[in-house]
Amino acid sequence: MTELRKARVATASLAGCFGCHMAILDMDERLIDLMSKVEIDRSPLTDFKQFTRRCDIGIIEGGCCNEENVHVLQDFRRNCDVLIALGQCAIMGGLPAMRNAIMHSDAPLRECLEEAFITGRNLTNATHNIPNDPALPLLLDEVYACNEVVEIDHNIPGCAPSGDIIYDTLIKLLAGKFHGFERETIRFD
Amino acid sequence: MSDFSFMIDGVEIPACEGQTILEAADAAGIYIPRLCDHEGLRHQGSCRVCTVKANGRSVAACTQPAAPDILVENENAHINKLRRDLVEMLFHEGNHLCPICEASGNCELQAMAYRLDMTEPTQFPYLEPCRALDASHPDIALDTNRCISCGRCIRASQDVDGKGVFGYVGRGIHRRVSVNGDTLADTDAEVTDFAISSEVCPVGCIIRKREGFTTPIGEREFDKALIGHDIEEKRDD
Ligand code: SF4
Ligand code: SF4
Ligand code: SF4
Ligand code: FES
Repeated sequence: MTELRKARVATASLAGCFGCHMAILDMDERLIDLMSKVEIDRSPLTDFKQFTRRCDIGIIEGGCCNEENVHVLQDFRRNCDVLIALGQCAIMGGLPAMRNAIMHSDAPLRECLEEAFITGRNLTNATHNIPNDPALPLLLDEVYACNEVVEIDHNIPGCAPSGDIIYDTLIKLLAGKFHGFERETIRFD
Repeated sequence: MSDFSFMIDGVEIPACEGQTILEAADAAGIYIPRLCDHEGLRHQGSCRVCTVKANGRSVAACTQPAAPDILVENENAHINKLRRDLVEMLFHEGNHLCPICEASGNCELQAMAYRLDMTEPTQFPYLEPCRALDASHPDIALDTNRCISCGRCIRASQDVDGKGVFGYVGRGIHRRVSVNGDTLADTDAEVTDFAISSEVCPVGCIIRKREGFTTPIGEREFDKALIGHDIEEKRDD
């Protein structure tokens, strides 16, 4: 009889603050239990930049604010059976999406960049230019939630989601017993 | 002391002449979700989140009078789906960034989403309107990005404060809540008005300055219990 293989999990941080990845660590000693059931493939936690093989679960933090985010997200969709949007940034754009609308401006992205690099108070920017190096990924016109770019199978809400809700969801998914959340545990912040 | 009774989801509810379905349900400890209705304010019946089926017909429970022997359906998959769609559309047509909102944790719209099992604010693409912030008043700010046009502030200012600081402007999808002056500072609004108090605006649109984020996460109203819990607690069965 062959031993059951460990589930393969990949994670990525797109337009997020890395808080959701920190929240994964909030499951504390339960990580040991989780690691007995999974192995981590492509992830900032392993520093693998590419998939070594197809994964069972992909976990995405952050939405898409630049073209690189879109490529990574599409690569995750292609290589993961189940794709999870972890946290409000991945689910609805989150804090980066502030630049989409609440700028009272017809060109919110331009206004955002100008304030960040040219007109903002307390700025030290000798060149008075908005960075435009070809090595920088091209910014999108807006910040997009993950489900506007690819199909997402599950959301784990929160900013950041608690270690409890991440652990419970993963354990139930691995056991094939995830049927949604207790509504008392849902948080949008 | 009741005049007659009717049924909600198989439970007998005593009611008095002149009570709405929602008022009778509240008194009996049955929670019917609502956003535009608020105890102490005149009923408006505009958000439709309180929709129930009375003898098979969809009615707004906050305005529909209770009647003898009607059969009311409140909680079932079909009605909850309707309510979820309404709540999603309210998220969709504003700019709701809960993680940076001072109402988060005390917000009735957000709490309604939790109660309706929503793991994301909306599945519709965001409308992302551009709406200005009015921070002209020394003690009050208005962030209409979060306004759900429930009209509670309008009724509170008119009927309780006797002022008329707020009112509707525009029609249809362009209908907005506005103030009776160029900016809020030009009105006679005061931070002590009932309309400005934390219980009137269900979301984070009417902001009392220097007050936000004082309650730590975990201790805010809807961190502790689902919306409607206070009403459901009254039920004796
Ligand atoms: S959801 Fe919150 S914690 Fe997670 S990446 Fe976004 S801002 Fe950071
Ligand atoms: S008003 Fe409520 S739903 Fe809107 S952003 Fe604030 S907490 Fe979220
Ligand atoms: S400002 Fe608040 S109370 Fe007034 S209509 Fe908007 S959401 Fe309702
Ligand atoms: S609560 Fe009844 S219509 Fe809004």
